[in-house]
Amino acid sequence: MRLEPREETPVWLSASAPLAAIVLALTLCSALIVWAGAPVIDAYLSLASGALGSRFALSETLTRATPLIFTGLAAAVAFRAKLWNIGGEGQLYAGAMAVTWLGTGALTMPPVLMIPFLFLIGAIAGGLLLLVPTALKIYLKVDEVVTTLLLNFVVLLFVNFMLFGPWKDPLAMGWPQAAPVIDEGVLPLLVEKTRLHAGFILALLAALLAWALMRFTRWGYEIRAVGLNPQAAEFAGVPMTATVVRTALISGGLAGAAGVCEVAGLKGYLTLDLSPGFGYTGIAVAMLAGLHPLGVIAAAIFIAGIYNGADSMSRAMDISNYLADVITATALLAVLASALFTRYRLRAG
Amino acid sequence: MDVVDLFLTVGFWAATVRMATPLIFGTLGELICERAGVLNLGIEGIMTIGAMSAWMWVYQGGDLWTATLFAAMVGASFGLLHAGFSVYMGLSQHVTGIGITLLASSLSYFVFRIMLPGVTTPPKIEPFAPLPIPLLADIPVLGPALFIQSPLTYIALSLVGVVAYILYRTPVGLAVRMVGENPMAVEAQGIDVFAVRTGAVAVGSALMAVGGAFLTISVFDAFYFQMINGRGWICVALVIFASWRPGKALLGAFLFAAFDALQIRVQQASSSLIPYQFYLMMPYLLSIVALIVMSRRAAYPKALLVPFRRGER
Repeated sequence: MRLEPREETPVWLSASAPLAAIVLALTLCSALIVWAGAPVIDAYLSLASGALGSRFALSETLTRATPLIFTGLAAAVAFRAKLWNIGGEGQLYAGAMAVTWLGTGALTMPPVLMIPFLFLIGAIAGGLLLLVPTALKIYLKVDEVVTTLLLNFVVLLFVNFMLFGPWKDPLAMGWPQAAPVIDEGVLPLLVEKTRLHAGFILALLAALLAWALMRFTRWGYEIRAVGLNPQAAEFAGVPMTATVVRTALISGGLAGAAGVCEVAGLKGYLTLDLSPGFGYTGIAVAMLAGLHPLGVIAAAIFIAGIYNGADSMSRAMDISNYLADVITATALLAVLASALFTRYRLRAG
Repeated sequence: MDVVDLFLTVGFWAATVRMATPLIFGTLGELICERAGVLNLGIEGIMTIGAMSAWMWVYQGGDLWTATLFAAMVGASFGLLHAGFSVYMGLSQHVTGIGITLLASSLSYFVFRIMLPGVTTPPKIEPFAPLPIPLLADIPVLGPALFIQSPLTYIALSLVGVVAYILYRTPVGLAVRMVGENPMAVEAQGIDVFAVRTGAVAVGSALMAVGGAFLTISVFDAFYFQMINGRGWICVALVIFASWRPGKALLGAFLFAAFDALQIRVQQASSSLIPYQFYLMMPYLLSIVALIVMSRRAAYPKALLVPFRRGER
């Protein structure tokens, strides 16, 4: 038996790989449910109904998927160029800080201008934050994995400082939170009596745009070329520095937009627990989507469903909701392994 | 308190050695993996699960030494999992590592919650007591700083020599360094590249886990969520800072820990001037600065990040 590279991967195989990975992850994680002393089928049913079982559950899942689509796209675009941006978490908070800086009263515009403006400055903040490690990578050969990771901690401490210091809202009863975004900047709700806001539509649009960019434009072609074979790309005349910088701005900008959504759409103000690791989960989303921008939508909704479902499962059956993180991590590793079957086939002899 | 006086206090130096210990374990562990050509970004999660499993072992009635061994075994098994993906399947080391970190840390939290449901304040255990080394501990300043430490600290310090000896003076070490530089040549010698890399990742991961365990069963007496707090990523930076050499790794860990011990003391002395968050940022910023200084002439192991496939060039 040996592995042999496939000439081409059939479409049904690449489409079913993530599904198989998800089934495998759920099967493996059922051992943990058994250990926790709960019936597996009932636990997963409770998880599923918590994720999609009602109009409200579904709206909550889509709400949670919104930032994940953005951070998932951020990882998908960057990883295509082999720019290892693990700093989505920090870039998300950078976007959230930009909104807090200019969106809480410093400027006033009608909503038609204010909302695009907030997304613009949030994206710029996220992009600029990623530009630092990217410039270090290009000019000084500093590994971007470690710098983006370390910057996450720096940014979070800075948010901590701002929320306990200059930005602390005196009306927040002592809680460390910033002043709320002015009414003109708040994203409208999509469905009455839910928390689902217009950020979800914007996330879908962003995924479509990212797909079109990667699929049909020269920039997208160059990003993919740099990721596949940098030497060949450079030889073929792809501007390396410009392409990597562009990738960084797009990727960081997308992660920054996730922060804008959470502040201007969901919470209304900046807090320290704005993101329960959306930046890191975005990596799992991107991998589950096979780095395909449209796949990111499905993957983000699935992962958001797992998290929301696990919350309600943990209330109903007393299983820690950290199960959702374990399922996500297992699915990430399983989908990674599934690449073996999409790119290679087993041959006897 | 004067800054100059600070460097003369025993407490400062003792704290430096103590804070350096988990970094020494982690950096040596990462160094072994990278020397064999495998970047192990699972380190943050492996340190977390090492911290949790050692603590849980003691909390369930086990003793401290078997707890250390248990943590090492848990770490090694995550190392094997990493190697399965990154070495045998030849998948992206970056994504595998992030996946291992996500899996190991979420499993740590899940297991902790399942075994101790409804606990709000973390329960405590009896950690390692400082073990004074006779005679050496009586040397002024240096004695109490270096020789009244946790037994695990002595192990960390001696491991630097052991790892250096094995890497540079034994056939096993040569094989490890070669699979990180030129795996084809190793294959030509009839040595199994996969086995050497897998062994290196397993041993390296075991050390990382012990580094995490040091925090819960030696420095503190409880397991807190997020307690590794980026130490693993700092170790990855320290390996580059150390140019993949164990001796320099020790130096880097000490410099780093000294800076950390210093910032805590300066922070206590001048809390009103600069907000504490900026002091807490220092270790991360310092790591980035160290990377900037060292990266230009960093001599990466040539086969780092390059998966080896039999019969492929």
